[in-house]
Amino acid sequence: MTPEEDKKIRARQKSRAIVTGLLLGALVILFYAITIAKIGGGQ
Amino acid sequence: MSRMEGEIPDRNSPGANHGAGLSHEENMASSPLSAGNSMSIMTADWRDFVALTKPRVMTLVVFTGLCGLLAAPGHVHPVLAFTAILCIALGAGAAAALNQWYEADIDAKMKRTANRPLPGGRMDRQTALHFGVGLSFFSVLLMGMATNWLAAAVLAVSILFYVFIYTIWLKPRTAQNIVIGGAAGAFPPVIGWAAVTGDISALPVALFMLIFFWTPPHFWALALFVKIDYAAAGIPMLPVVAGEVATRRQIWFYTAIMAVAAMAPVLLNLTGPIYGTVALLATALFAFFAFQVFRRRESDPASMGPEKRLFKYSILYLFLLFGAVVVDRWLMA
Repeated sequence: MTPEEDKKIRARQKSRAIVTGLLLGALVILFYAITIAKIGGGQ
Repeated sequence: MSRMEGEIPDRNSPGANHGAGLSHEENMASSPLSAGNSMSIMTADWRDFVALTKPRVMTLVVFTGLCGLLAAPGHVHPVLAFTAILCIALGAGAAAALNQWYEADIDAKMKRTANRPLPGGRMDRQTALHFGVGLSFFSVLLMGMATNWLAAAVLAVSILFYVFIYTIWLKPRTAQNIVIGGAAGAFPPVIGWAAVTGDISALPVALFMLIFFWTPPHFWALALFVKIDYAAAGIPMLPVVAGEVATRRQIWFYTAIMAVAAMAPVLLNLTGPIYGTVALLATALFAFFAFQVFRRRESDPASMGPEKRLFKYSILYLFLLFGAVVVDRWLMA
């Protein structure tokens, strides 16, 4: 694997990790909101 | 053996126009897209995962699901409503990913789809499969926990129907694939309704039938002007198998049935005058465009004006009718 390819793969892995982290954060917030809604008798 | 128009080799038969003598599975195993060749495929970018879910197709699914939810009687917490729509979108995305996992070899042969993540060599098939299956389970379980298990069950049925019935069974084998397979795209309003009410009554069924009978004219209008692509990929789309004249006749035939389905909510007193007026006018215009397609005999792909106009209008048509249902139901409530 050439240095350029290695660099490209690392950049992709980094951006994927960031997006995954943001998605997990969003899910935490969503699950918290669902719990509050459910507790409040949201149906 | 000269091949007459309309005679499409079964994708799995030895004579199919890919890997002579190889079955579909063997052919996929030897193609560069198979998992064994993953070194030649870069790490997939996150944008490729988004592309795998066919976001553009998802907008209509989300909109009709939202309309089903808004038209339903009763109240649901906004967070739960948002989650239900999110699950419909994720479920549609999962089904699209599994569709692309299965059709990677076909997508490689069509100009329109050759640059998708798998045929484009930017992702290996196993990653797409895991992504699709994982997203399917996640969307169904979240729907069940956030709203109710009836909505989750209908969501699961729509995903399974799209992947197994349409993509794997019907699409490679019959020109009626889109007629039956269209049901997969008709579930979202039923899911949105069920998420609020926990049951399924006449209006969601009427909306299901509307999308079900809308799909053939919508899709065959597209197939008329991308016919060459389907023929090259060996997919028995109606224009390829039965020719253009038969397709134009079927578009006209299904438009007539769709018109009945469009007026049914009014005739059954499920909606009021607003939907009735919008449905009548919009359907009349749809029939006019469909009749123009029906009358034409030219088959030059470059001059497919009426066909492209019908295809574009058919998308606007569905937005108009579903929007009218929501407005009508809110004013009636």
